[in-house]
Amino acid sequence: MIFRRIPSTPSFGFRSPWSELERMQREMDSLFGRFSEAYPQISAGVFPAINLSEDADNYYVRAELPGVKADNLDIQATGNSLSIAGERKIAAESDEVRYHRRERDAGQFSRMVGLPGDIDTQKVDAKLDCGILTVKVPKAEAAKPRQISVS
Amino acid sequence: MTAAEAKELQLKEKQEIASPAEQTRPGLVFTPDVDIFETEKEITLLADIPGVKSDDLSIDLRDNVLTLLGEITPADTSNEEMLLVEYQTGKYYRQFTLSEVIDQNKIDAKLDDGVLRLTLPKVEKATPKKITVKAG
Repeated sequence: MIFRRIPSTPSFGFRSPWSELERMQREMDSLFGRFSEAYPQISAGVFPAINLSEDADNYYVRAELPGVKADNLDIQATGNSLSIAGERKIAAESDEVRYHRRERDAGQFSRMVGLPGDIDTQKVDAKLDCGILTVKVPKAEAAKPRQISVS
Repeated sequence: MTAAEAKELQLKEKQEIASPAEQTRPGLVFTPDVDIFETEKEITLLADIPGVKSDDLSIDLRDNVLTLLGEITPADTSNEEMLLVEYQTGKYYRQFTLSEVIDQNKIDAKLDDGVLRLTLPKVEKATPKKITVKAG
């Protein structure tokens, strides 16, 4: 199999089998002008599903974690990856209840998110609001785009 | 640690549905996951609606039809470039038909960490009463 990586491509270290596919899908979408309105929804198949975005200074990792308490979340940043682990607990109801529907799951989860560039692990900021986790990951100084003035 | 506690959470795709009625504002609509259980006195419903604030949630009970509608305020990502999108956000909508008569005045709703807990007490007459027979 011929496998070629274009140097400018962001590399998602831990999901390399999929990242190439995702990149191709994104390129196809942008070719057809679909990118701005509907993003491709290709999932790594690991809980929690995340959305990753960036601006000039930070990466933003968002995940929907309803019912997860901040105490039960463990977020760690190393090098250029972020690990999100935790447990979703559902309190047991009394023995008298009769269940009609049980669609919500409890359990442990852990996920590694590879970021395209180096990060400043000292200043990672995580917030959990209404069941939505937002992790703001500052880019390392060296990885930030630098404005170059033309004299 | 029991087996249930050690269970790994599996990823479930959010269930998108066609909007219940034509919307004035375009957007996606999802079906929230729910648990529903019943005791002799009440029916309790738990729903996962991450991102919905209590002001943006409407719970309506009319003619035994319970309607949940949760609006979300999407995170402001206008200055950000999306690199990876695994989930989409949108409203949550779900409707249930209740077979029990509910005491409308005593309905209690709590929203905590994106989980709604709705308690629907049955009306008094629907609660089975134990009748003690006195020996005469």
